[in-house]
Amino acid sequence: MTDQISIPSEYTAVFDEFKEKIQLETRVNFFGIVVSADDLFKVLQFVRNQMQYDFLSSITTVDDFPEDKIEIIYHVYKSIGGPEIEIKVFTLREEPHVPSCVQLYPGAEFQEREIFDLYGVTFDNHPDLRRILMWEGFEGHPLRKDWKEPQFEEMVKPFKSRWPEGKGVLTESVNPYNDNVQYPEQFDPRGFEPETDLAIYNELQKVTSDKPNSINTDQLIVNFGPQHPSTHGVFRMVAALDGETIVDLKPVMGYLHRNHEKIGERNTYLQIMPYTDRLDYLSSMNNNFGYAITVERMMGIQPAIRAEYIRIMMAEFTRISSHIWSIGFLLNDLGAYFTPALYTMEERELILDIFEAVSGSRMMGNYFRFGGVVRDVNEIILKKAHDLVYNRIARKTDELDRYLTDNEIVRSRCEGIGVLTSDQAIAYSVTGPLLRSSGVPYDIRRADPYGIYDQLDFDVCTRQHGDVYDRYLIRLDEIRQSLRILKQVLKQIPDGPVMNGKVQYNTKVPAGEMYGRVEGPRGELGFYVVSDGKPNPKRYHVRAPSFINLTSLAAMCKGSKIADAVTILGSVDIVLGEVDR
Amino acid sequence: MKLIGKGILKGLFVTLNHFFMTYIDDIKTRLQRVPRKDVTKIRSSAEATGLFTIQYPEIQIAPSEEYRMIPFLVYELTETNERKYRCTACGICSKVCPTQCIWITRKRDEVTGKPVPQSEEFYIDIDKCMNCGSCAEFCPFDAIKMDHDFEISTYERGETRIYSKEKLGKPLDYYAKIRPVNFKLEEDERKLKAGVN
Repeated sequence: MTDQISIPSEYTAVFDEFKEKIQLETRVNFFGIVVSADDLFKVLQFVRNQMQYDFLSSITTVDDFPEDKIEIIYHVYKSIGGPEIEIKVFTLREEPHVPSCVQLYPGAEFQEREIFDLYGVTFDNHPDLRRILMWEGFEGHPLRKDWKEPQFEEMVKPFKSRWPEGKGVLTESVNPYNDNVQYPEQFDPRGFEPETDLAIYNELQKVTSDKPNSINTDQLIVNFGPQHPSTHGVFRMVAALDGETIVDLKPVMGYLHRNHEKIGERNTYLQIMPYTDRLDYLSSMNNNFGYAITVERMMGIQPAIRAEYIRIMMAEFTRISSHIWSIGFLLNDLGAYFTPALYTMEERELILDIFEAVSGSRMMGNYFRFGGVVRDVNEIILKKAHDLVYNRIARKTDELDRYLTDNEIVRSRCEGIGVLTSDQAIAYSVTGPLLRSSGVPYDIRRADPYGIYDQLDFDVCTRQHGDVYDRYLIRLDEIRQSLRILKQVLKQIPDGPVMNGKVQYNTKVPAGEMYGRVEGPRGELGFYVVSDGKPNPKRYHVRAPSFINLTSLAAMCKGSKIADAVTILGSVDIVLGEVDR
Repeated sequence: MKLIGKGILKGLFVTLNHFFMTYIDDIKTRLQRVPRKDVTKIRSSAEATGLFTIQYPEIQIAPSEEYRMIPFLVYELTETNERKYRCTACGICSKVCPTQCIWITRKRDEVTGKPVPQSEEFYIDIDKCMNCGSCAEFCPFDAIKMDHDFEISTYERGETRIYSKEKLGKPLDYYAKIRPVNFKLEEDERKLKAGVN
């Protein structure tokens, strides 16, 4: 009965092909289709090849403890825009395994490794299934519901020991080893040798260069990072070099991992908001935006009209400050030490002044609430925003253009370096300026509009070559488009309240799931939230753009010189707070 | 035919421009920007040119009114010079706190043992506090507010970083000084309520 009445139109083709093998999701407020693990690869193959759903946005997992099952959820889109297809697979908690889809969607590589790491799900035929975020000696799979951290207090916040009989306790005193580490039994950290490091080296040693070798060169392995200024944080690349040329490269990450998602599942819905600021700390307002719209869609509420405009204003200012900073830092990576970076910082400072005035903090905004924003923007701030948009930033963009675009050194270091073709970019699930500089006009503000972006006038910028130089140019283009949006917002912003009703600290979210995504400065920022009606989310997943963009790093670096790897990484513009989560 | 090096020269002109702007700015500062407090105002306006940095700690940029750094407890002084905290130990701040860094013990009546709307003890672990401002935002009694004082580094760590009620308390005048606009709004609302009742 259920599968006859309401099959959504985008799923009809799948049902025609596979008939009894797939079922529609039956739970209320849950979407998508359920397939068995055996059929998964075939279904994904059909969806990708026959239906042109070529862009795998996210793979995530839900642990249904105490029920004996784990759900794996695939969100697939068309790169030309349109509705999603959501595919679910159920597997058992004991030795869970599903086929890997890296062959179909290479962008799944890191995401599957992440699930393997945090949930212990094995992906059959995965090319390189290792832990990615946790360290090698780590015991257990932290995102499983029955896993508990060393200083475990209670399953969910607020903790009962805080009120009404609360006594201040130093957190260090309640940890078992007086620090935040839990070792397996009979484990001695002093004698520990990470096996996966050796595995990486062995793997890389197998790769041989195929270029004709006139000069006799040695093949050697170079560790780049984690402590290196050009990795923008603690990020490591292990490169196999033939002479100076990169034959293969493996990114190693997780040095800044703090299990953001577990923290989110412990917190109430509202308490997650300040934590989202700390994901991509250069664009906190945008992170707030993504999380706010996801939960708002679950609650079925609309933000106040004035708040919609303020939100877009903040999101676009964030984009400008982030892009302008990434241009500056790219030049840093090229060797123009800090002069361009500090020139671009000036405008960023002024934008952060606005953020401080409205939200109270320059970087950690915590400004959005479900149904609006925290406080109104007054006339003084609007005046300053007006001055910045009409005068200062426009002038700065032109100045950057004059300063860098024609510079022969910049051009010779950037043009033709780190090329990513449009097919590759889509296959690797790359998003944001990276994808658009490869000639794919995919922008969530247009492909899947949120907020009031559908009422605003702006262009989706693309560039055709997909090299580092185009990534620099597209950021300049996007700053100009953001200014265009801001001009409209400042002109049209209506009066009125910035919040529908009063902010409640105990947010009631009906049971269901939602995948909400926004176009962040670095790409598609997705939040997947599952609620079971309790004050805390059952599952809270972040699809971090920089993390998934890194999947394409090896493909971009192969064949270029080791010095260019720095530039390529700079053009990807990662923020480690978001990569490692 | 393109002249090689033209792009670099064009770029260097921008650098040169910046270089001279700092000197022009410097001369102006010496001659016109007296008192020097004005420097911060000019620097944070959209017309700022030249040097963007200021000489901290000699000159400090005043934080904007909404700036938030570590909560404090508002108290009023009674005639006998005792602190009368606004806090009623309702526990909302400790419930909304994302890092759970607030501990509150509710006061009990010495004779009957029933809870009274006052806090016996109030702790905030300021090492855990992430300055999100949720406590101040959701406090129904305007009793906990975010401070402006960001120079809180100390030489030691551990227990001294858990602030007690004594250390968290700040007078109402101080609140009125750092957040004049908010203070006025709240006082007006209070008066209005008192008038209605």
